Amino acid sequence: MIGYYFRLALRSLRRTPVMTALMVCAIGLGIGASMTMLTVLHVMTQDPIPEKSGGLFYPHLDPLPLKYPDGGRWGNPSNNFTYPDAMALLTHGKATHQAAMAGGRLLVWPTKAVARPNYYEGRFTTADFFAMFQVPFEHGQGWTAHEDDEHARVAVLGHDLAVKLYGTTDVVGRTVRLKDTLFRVVGVTAPWSPQPRFYADLGSSDSFGQSDAFFLPLSVAVELRFDISGNQSSWAESDMEDVLKSPSSSWLQFWVELDTPQQVADYTRFLHDYAAQQHASGRFERDPETVRLYPLMDWLAYRKLVPSEVQLQLWLALGFLLVCLVNIIALLLAKFLRRGNEIGVRRALGARGRDILVQLGTEAALIGLSGGLLGIALSQLGLWSVRQRPDDYARIAQMDAPMLFSTVTLAVVATLLSGLLPAWRASRISPALQIKGV
Amino acid sequence: MPLPLMPILSALRHHRLTAALLTLQVALTCAIVINAGFMLVGRIQQITAASGLPEDQLSLISVSGLDDAANAQAQRRTDLTALRAIDGVQAAAALDNGSMPLSRNYSGTGACTSQEGFDRAKAARGIDGISGCVSFPSYSGSSDLLSAMGLKLLAGRDFTDEERAAEKAGQAVIVTRSMAHRLWPGQNPVGKLLYGFNGPVPVVGMIQDVLAPMVSGVPDDTMLLLTSTSKGQISSTYLLRSAPQDRQRVLREAAAALDKAGPVRLIPEEQRRTYTQVRREYFQRDVTMLGLLITSSLALLFVTALGIGGLANFWVGQRTRQIGIRRAVGATRGDILRHFQAENFLIVGAGVVLGMLLAYGLNQLLMRQYELARLPLLYLPVGALLLWALGQVAVLGPALRASRVPPAIATRAG
Repeated sequence: MIGYYFRLALRSLRRTPVMTALMVCAIGLGIGASMTMLTVLHVMTQDPIPEKSGGLFYPHLDPLPLKYPDGGRWGNPSNNFTYPDAMALLTHGKATHQAAMAGGRLLVWPTKAVARPNYYEGRFTTADFFAMFQVPFEHGQGWTAHEDDEHARVAVLGHDLAVKLYGTTDVVGRTVRLKDTLFRVVGVTAPWSPQPRFYADLGSSDSFGQSDAFFLPLSVAVELRFDISGNQSSWAESDMEDVLKSPSSSWLQFWVELDTPQQVADYTRFLHDYAAQQHASGRFERDPETVRLYPLMDWLAYRKLVPSEVQLQLWLALGFLLVCLVNIIALLLAKFLRRGNEIGVRRALGARGRDILVQLGTEAALIGLSGGLLGIALSQLGLWSVRQRPDDYARIAQMDAPMLFSTVTLAVVATLLSGLLPAWRASRISPALQIKGV
Repeated sequence: MPLPLMPILSALRHHRLTAALLTLQVALTCAIVINAGFMLVGRIQQITAASGLPEDQLSLISVSGLDDAANAQAQRRTDLTALRAIDGVQAAAALDNGSMPLSRNYSGTGACTSQEGFDRAKAARGIDGISGCVSFPSYSGSSDLLSAMGLKLLAGRDFTDEERAAEKAGQAVIVTRSMAHRLWPGQNPVGKLLYGFNGPVPVVGMIQDVLAPMVSGVPDDTMLLLTSTSKGQISSTYLLRSAPQDRQRVLREAAAALDKAGPVRLIPEEQRRTYTQVRREYFQRDVTMLGLLITSSLALLFVTALGIGGLANFWVGQRTRQIGIRRAVGATRGDILRHFQAENFLIVGAGVVLGMLLAYGLNQLLMRQYELARLPLLYLPVGALLLWALGQVAVLGPALRASRVPPAIATRAG
């Protein structure tokens, strides 16, 4: 029966080719625009490390003075850690893994004398980083907590930087010169680039995109006073000589891995106790009840990685889709109702209202399917144009199989729903009235 | 001739649902297009904001120093001499921190017209809302800064070399006209004192308005000042002024000259830019948004026009016989044309009224979510007229077809 309806639908659509083309165009444009923006939103809000994200948490302390103005343009400094707080949590916390980290930009010297040095973005962190985030290694491994304590001059290189410097990744034991210091390479990671870059200082321009070119022990970076990239905020006059270690200057990110609900509960209590103790000593002015332990995905939501422009564009696209759908409903309604005669004859010949509904529904679905296919093509075009933008999220705007599938589904479901009202309305045409006129 | 409203209304009653849907579509389009248009105008104003600089004459080049031990002050002098020697360079200056209009390199502070005001601001840990106090970004650089930026002194004088070489900032400042107007309305700012972190600082001059390193489209964007103290750094940014057509050549020669002028430094390709490029990069996101707003508005209007035209087409087809009868009983072709035009006018009119309400509501939502400004009422009638015109254009084809229906069709069956 459905084959027959399909042929009927094709014939009906062929009879009004211009109108059919216009309807397919309208639904294609609406679907294309909204799927482009939904895909962008999807890649910006996806789970960056699905196999681990359930066990990763970001503690949030608030060492800011009571009078610190809220809602500043440059973000909330308490999102990052001060050095003393990070070290205290690192020493006393009982998490499976824990690491403090910050981004840094360093001059990397080539191994050949003729080449010029260049700046690369990397990360200063502590030993647990690699185990906690399951960073894959091509050669060697990360450094140890002992090497952290010793301020050992060791480095882990990213795959790309190792290849650029040495032409190979099998370089464990060789030396690399970063800024003015020689480091011993202890490991080379395989390409590793979770998106969004959840562990970094989010909200600055590099929440997406590039991966770290190198990793160094945080203790060494502090000792050698390497420049920190990302937000550094100070809220009290302090000795500029030691700004990195200042208790009123935040610049570090801090992550813990907690595997069981019991561990999470214990760690939450530990955080509260720590904040209460700091409050009692007069260092924290704010209520210790404001401390939080954010699960990874909650932390990403709290940091609002989706810029308001992208949200606006999404709403614009969805509004456009809505108008297109209303348009389709109106056109299908007019079209179906105009076929009163034909429907009347079929009803008189014994077709039930339900049969008419299925027949017209098939026609609507056919339009939806064609519109969906056109929508896929248009959203690929849209995503291509998004990738031409200079923003950090732009390059990762790719459509994956589930998104591709949902495009067609959305198109067919949307058109089916839009076709339902007109089809239902037409299926109630009474046979007697219509047949009279024939 | 009065329009025959009754037949139109009774015809519309037969298509209640379709007409209602069309009205809804027009209303949604109206609401979205009006708000998109409002955002569009705002963005255009921002993108075209005058920087106060002779933009087509300026170029920038940055060098990254690799040797922290080098003598930065001497290096800066050598570099500037080399740059000024380039054929076609009218002025060259070093910018501290690479900070200039639309550079995104922001270094700012706050100050007040009195010490009491500043003490109050300090106690409140914020300068907002304290009278006589403002926060602002500042620029500083080497001695030729004013001429390299093409800035004219409106009053007072430029900094002296002594003021520039001072160890601590706070020897003297030059304010912009809008800064002077905010702090000392109607008075000459020269000789006045500004109270800030480094104690009172005398204002020695006033320049025309220039834009801040980052702009947000408010009048405060031109509230800033120049500070006198300037220190050489081994990584530095130089501003060059030349004839517009010379800029590319000047940049090339400047890169070569700086490469030879001292210790090994990086002069990345992307750090050699004309000011035209600086402006374009600064507003890239806004231009993207502009393109999106225009495209989606046009697409919306297009789809709505399609809907109106398509429906009218169906209706004409459906009513061919009635039209024939009306023609047979004496209606002129003009009458038929006007019937469809009036019908469209009514439907679009209803949509526009609803749409203006929706537009206002949407604006309220956007104000809350995205800090958009309040929609000026003028946008509503403009949007209404636009949709009315669109409706009339879209219905014209089908209406003309209807008017050509011969009266004889009434006598045929079917």
